[in-house]
Amino acid sequence: MPDMLALAAQNMLSPVILCFVLGLLAAVARSDLTIPEAVAKGMSIYLLFAIGFKGGVAVAAHGVNLTLGKAMLAGIALSFLLPFLAFALLRAITAMSVTDAAAVSAHYGSISIVTFVTATSVLQAQDIAAEGYMVAVAAAMEAPAIISALWLASRGGARSEGDGDLWREIFLNGSIVLLVGSFLIGAITGDKGMARIEAFIVTPFQGVLCLFLLDMGLVAGRGLAQAGKLLRGGTLAFGMIMPLLGAATALLAGLALGLSTGGVALFMVLGASASYIAVPAAMRVALPEANPSLSLSLALGITFPFNLTLGIPLYIAVAQGLTGG
Amino acid sequence: MQTHLAKRVEIIIEAPMETRLTAALEKAGVTGFTILPVLGGSGRSGRWSREGQVGRAGMVAVICLIRPERLDALLDAAFAVVDRHIGVVSVTDAQVLRAERF
Repeated sequence: MPDMLALAAQNMLSPVILCFVLGLLAAVARSDLTIPEAVAKGMSIYLLFAIGFKGGVAVAAHGVNLTLGKAMLAGIALSFLLPFLAFALLRAITAMSVTDAAAVSAHYGSISIVTFVTATSVLQAQDIAAEGYMVAVAAAMEAPAIISALWLASRGGARSEGDGDLWREIFLNGSIVLLVGSFLIGAITGDKGMARIEAFIVTPFQGVLCLFLLDMGLVAGRGLAQAGKLLRGGTLAFGMIMPLLGAATALLAGLALGLSTGGVALFMVLGASASYIAVPAAMRVALPEANPSLSLSLALGITFPFNLTLGIPLYIAVAQGLTGG
Repeated sequence: MQTHLAKRVEIIIEAPMETRLTAALEKAGVTGFTILPVLGGSGRSGRWSREGQVGRAGMVAVICLIRPERLDALLDAAFAVVDRHIGVVSVTDAQVLRAERF
């Protein structure tokens, strides 16, 4: 255990995580530091494209195997399952209404692609290999949680509004299209494709991620300030307990699938992270009575910084400890 | 200068509902509107700001200038969309030039 904690502490000292901490502290200290919205959006497009493309190239190099299909199915199952766990926990330790608990559960069953990208980068920096197809698993885990949450809400008597447009918006969400699209381009073009654009998507990646996480730190810091006003006791605790439960569930699945050390760590990150981009918009359409500040403050103000500062290093250390990597 | 009476309807609504609202307005024959981003504000859920919002979050303002006799049709169409959602709908009297454009 002490070895695992020492490893976790060592994992924290990466430029990307420290940039996030800088943004977080700047926001908490009410600095006027800001990254222009268009620049942040441009960086997120770059990062999604790069991570998707690299994942596709890795799959092209190693080939498609049965574990890929199993990992995808496990990811989908996990995304369906985690909202039930989150909902039960919320109803047990908070006084949240059924509608609010269902909406929050959807966020925790889905994933945060920024957390995933950061974890990938930390793994790369430490030369820990991970399966390239984890990018596709991440994309597959975005939506199923929404279905579980809507079922939980309707079972509890809440009225939900779901139309064809909603599902189109969820499945064709910009991040998913870019991630899956670049993954497929990477898988089709393979190493030759990589050789052509390597200078653009490999070398600058870490620097762009640092700046992007500086911005996300600022965003999370403001979310943290909001969370401080809005969240109390059990709700606050949920924001830190749920990622650990999600990571533990994903750990079991990752070990059962026989994933590599990096793969298990990434699967834990996916299980632990909470969506704050795709799901909030879907919940505003489908469960309009749910309080959006509650879900967003928890996912963005508590769980996101928790995962980036403590979670990722911890999940990597646990994966290393249990897989011998 | 000759001016004409019109109604100015301002609907402040959550950004994810924007396309649904504008589609409903178009279906009701309201083809002229302006969409503006909202920087922030304060409401029942407390203060909020566009700054730091991630994804398609926050609010937008949809503004329509129409002839008074078309107001009810617009409000019916808008209400069907915004009824259960966070937002504000307000109607004010306005004067417009070139009445034929509304």
